Amino acid sequence: MAHLLRETPSQTVGPFFAYSLTAEQYGYPYTSLMNHAMVSDQTPADYAASERIFIQGRVYDGQGNPIPDAVVELWQADPQGHYRLAPIGPRNGQPGFTGFGRMGTGTLPDGQFRFTTLKPGVVAGANAAPYINVTLFMRGSLRGLFTRLYFSDEVDANAQDALLNSVDPARRHTLLAHREDQNGQLTYTFNLHMQGDNETVFFAFAP
Amino acid sequence: MPDLDVHPPHLYPAYKSTILRSPTRPLLLVPEHLRDVSMPVFGESVLGEFDHDLTKNARVNGEPIGERIKVTGRVMDQQGRGLANVLIEIWQANAAGRYVHKAEIHDAPLDPNFLGSGRVLTDAEGRYSFYTIKPGAYPWGNHYNAWRPNHIHFSVLGHHLEQRLVTQMYFPGDPLFAFDPIFQSTPVPARELLIAQFSMDHTEAEFALAYMFDMVLNGHRKTPFQ
Repeated sequence: MAHLLRETPSQTVGPFFAYSLTAEQYGYPYTSLMNHAMVSDQTPADYAASERIFIQGRVYDGQGNPIPDAVVELWQADPQGHYRLAPIGPRNGQPGFTGFGRMGTGTLPDGQFRFTTLKPGVVAGANAAPYINVTLFMRGSLRGLFTRLYFSDEVDANAQDALLNSVDPARRHTLLAHREDQNGQLTYTFNLHMQGDNETVFFAFAP
Repeated sequence: MPDLDVHPPHLYPAYKSTILRSPTRPLLLVPEHLRDVSMPVFGESVLGEFDHDLTKNARVNGEPIGERIKVTGRVMDQQGRGLANVLIEIWQANAAGRYVHKAEIHDAPLDPNFLGSGRVLTDAEGRYSFYTIKPGAYPWGNHYNAWRPNHIHFSVLGHHLEQRLVTQMYFPGDPLFAFDPIFQSTPVPARELLIAQFSMDHTEAEFALAYMFDMVLNGHRKTPFQ
């Protein structure tokens, strides 16, 4: 292999990202290209039969306190298991289903995030279970953190999933989002723990 | 072969906030065949007219105060191939070292004509450029008399998930490098990669000094867009 260039080092997102990365959510006078809504208010006709779901949770520090200045990004396939390849835009248009969401944890009570989306389908390949990619940035984190959210009600599929199976069985539960019906809203709760007994399994990608 | 270990550790106790916010267990190495192929792509149409010009995109009653600069560079993979259509989001303090954030308490003036947010998409060769005001140094509470070197924050959405990078660009010769635990958390040989280079070639006569800042994202796989 030819000489590889060195990557640009990661640095922390810091405490003051909001007026750029999540401006509309925080009420700053700048437009946002993404937010908590990964699907438009009106479910696109192609996905009319799909479940509209909410993904909510918090990020907890090593003392169990919710972190109020993290940025959470979700990226997922559509209900048919396909990632969106078409460019997202134009701004203020009708994006349909993007599969991409971003929220800061500084506007809902106690550091909560809450996304609206459609439940993903299974992505062809080595995956057996549906999942959502989760990326996390925050003050005090010098590197982006990556993990996956799996669904608690996909027991059989989860049992067959290659990546989930490569996780220490004692820690697999940290990747499961728990389903509940909240006043008719199908909600999955996914809490991230930076440390402690329930420390979330985070991923690394070597070149 | 250059040392490819460029990233800061998760735990760097001199940067105190890492102590309770860093994972304590080894990360799970995801093999290539279990990774995803793409990241979301944004079209040119999402950009506002002045998203690439922070000296213009928040004007209320005049020009922002401070030293106007141009920042330009190339985003590429580890084989040096330019990455097209990469979304770069930008934020920074104003010339006085003040951030437009509600929780910000530094006693320095806000600039009514400067927000400090912008974004650009790279072109077909991976190039980008934007205009801004050179940010001031900024005091923070990490330790007594702690000051951040002048810096601009970048959030970069590459073509793959492993190319999702958040970083900071610093300016050459900053005397605060030696005292800043965030900069110092970076392995010594890699610190130079965070420092922009002054460029006379890109400097615009009678208008703005220019700084070059190339960014290299993880990986060397072909993308579905090439």
